[in-house]
Amino acid sequence: MSEFNLTILLASVVAGAVPILLATLGETITEKAGIINLSLDGSILLSAMTAFVVAYETGSILMGFACAALAGALVAAVVAVFSIYLNQSQVAVGFVLTLMTRDLAYFLGNPYSRLQGPSVLQHPIPLLSDIPFIGEVFFNHTFPVYLSLLLIGLCWWYMYRTPQGLNLRAVGENPRACFARGISPAKIQMFYAVCGGAFVGLAGATFSLCTKPGWGRPQGAEGTGWIALALVIFGGWHPVRAAVGAYLFAFLQVIGIYFQNWFPSVPAQVFQVAPFPLMIFTLLIINFVQKESAIDRAGGKAWMKSILGTLSGAPPTALGKSYRPD
Amino acid sequence: MNISDNTKHTAFLRYSRELILTLVVVFSFTTLILLLAGAPPLAAYYQIFKGSLGSWMKLGQVISVWIPLTLCSCGLLYTFRINLWNIGIEGQVMMGAIFTTFVLRFGMDGHMPGMYLCAAFVAGIAGGAIWALFAGYLKTKGGIHEIFAGLGLNFVAQAIILWLIFGPWKRPGIASMSGTELLPRELWLPYVSYMRLSVVGLVLAVIAIAVTALMLRYTKIGLYLKAIGSNLNAAHMFDLNPRTYMLIAMIFAGGFAGLAGGIQVTGVYHRLIPAISSNYGYLALLVVMLSNYNVWISPAVAFFFACLNVGSIQLPMMLQLDSSLSGVIQGALVLAALVMHAWRMRAKTLKEPFYNE
Repeated sequence: MSEFNLTILLASVVAGAVPILLATLGETITEKAGIINLSLDGSILLSAMTAFVVAYETGSILMGFACAALAGALVAAVVAVFSIYLNQSQVAVGFVLTLMTRDLAYFLGNPYSRLQGPSVLQHPIPLLSDIPFIGEVFFNHTFPVYLSLLLIGLCWWYMYRTPQGLNLRAVGENPRACFARGISPAKIQMFYAVCGGAFVGLAGATFSLCTKPGWGRPQGAEGTGWIALALVIFGGWHPVRAAVGAYLFAFLQVIGIYFQNWFPSVPAQVFQVAPFPLMIFTLLIINFVQKESAIDRAGGKAWMKSILGTLSGAPPTALGKSYRPD
Repeated sequence: MNISDNTKHTAFLRYSRELILTLVVVFSFTTLILLLAGAPPLAAYYQIFKGSLGSWMKLGQVISVWIPLTLCSCGLLYTFRINLWNIGIEGQVMMGAIFTTFVLRFGMDGHMPGMYLCAAFVAGIAGGAIWALFAGYLKTKGGIHEIFAGLGLNFVAQAIILWLIFGPWKRPGIASMSGTELLPRELWLPYVSYMRLSVVGLVLAVIAIAVTALMLRYTKIGLYLKAIGSNLNAAHMFDLNPRTYMLIAMIFAGGFAGLAGGIQVTGVYHRLIPAISSNYGYLALLVVMLSNYNVWISPAVAFFFACLNVGSIQLPMMLQLDSSLSGVIQGALVLAALVMHAWRMRAKTLKEPFYNE
């Protein structure tokens, strides 16, 4: 294990990033439409539990994934309904749901803890997996891995290259103008909140059926939702950049495991919480970069400007504000 | 009967009707969840009741939970006034516990316990306030939303506790999850023996409620917090610096949370354990939301939540259910209350045009 192998390292990054990648993509979609679904940390657990229990009872992994997506969509729908139709704070409702869905998952999943259940099998893609290096890294994985790779491109294409995607972004930027143009912000926000929630559900299912098979308290997915929420900011609300963030994060996680082997004297807790100070640090940098003074200080250096340009990204203007047509 | 009496009367009727409706909805929802888990609902409710109010000992446990919950709720009232989501309160409780333990470790020989306890509480309050200031500075200077700053600091605080318990502060011999070495009896807060309840903690919690009520209602700080919280732009015009007051609110919240952590160490566990904060910080956020940010209602809500928490400890033993049922009930209560709130607001806005005519 301590031997360093780049192919294995990268392959495990691609495989390990799947849950957080799916959750980040889902939240990016939801936030792009102007809704913050803060409940990610809990709804990932709830859908992970749902996926495991359904797959265990029915023996069908596909059913597990479907029901998990449904669970995630349901939680997101609650946030959206409270915001759009009841005019309540998305942050408040999201936070309550974070705690509540986590407890619900522990409560309902209790009889199924520590059971040996089904898990997704490896499916190398026939021809592509024979390509030297690339095949091993990208095409010798499980089904959710391929799905996640596909979804990155699909999300980008949908958001930036289709009329529906334009509507999605427009609602997040200016719901009032959309309303005037005959587009219903309520319907669009509802739809994309549910879509994003389904992605988050898939993320949960990937945890309990693929990345960390099984269910228990704690499951091991705790904290992922918060990281995903931070990665959306890191990604500047852009699906591809968010995906890069997710892979970077997974890379750090894998490296952490190597470090633990290399430096056994450092307590394991340090590596486990390392993501969170890192999250704060990243957000600090992002915020600093967005300030005018930083761009001034970059002066004439073009490379500095391009770095700053790639790091900055503004949130959708109407993010988190519920819109009421007058 | 004059008009104002009449409107008060109907308002009271409406509130009680809403309360009953909320409870019925939550009760039905919980019953549904219990049936889904294949558990007998009535037996579960009975166990929660018996486990929380069934004996003096249990009531003592409930009050021991009520104390940190109330302290945290009091702290959160300051931050909510200025529209800050102090999710980092959990870590502030932990830091308070760490600082308290740090001071008490000098008094392990049991000399002058009173002095050490006082110093320990001051240290605990300072610890919580420092951790809150970190989050506050990240918000005001770093531009990081307080939810992310606070949450990140929570995980860091938890890691520090684990590191201390397994590293520098480990028990002589073997380090374990059960925590640091037990404090000598002289450093325990005096407690009522048949209830296992520390009176000092109870008194401090009651003082905290009174202080918070006075601060928010009758002092300039309370007024400014509310002013900035309700209208940031107007605050600028009145030459109030929102950042300063955000930090002040954070100091208060962290101070109360740190005190709660200190009481957890000296009055409840008598040592530092990994789960010293027991999620009371997060729970206090729900308490304050459910009490509609009211100083006088939140202690009552905190008491009810404490009953649910303590009562549900029975569930795994008696019915093989997970104790997290309490969290489900608490969450459902807040959501139902938010729906009621929304309907009340909607009814108001629908009626308003008629008043104007």
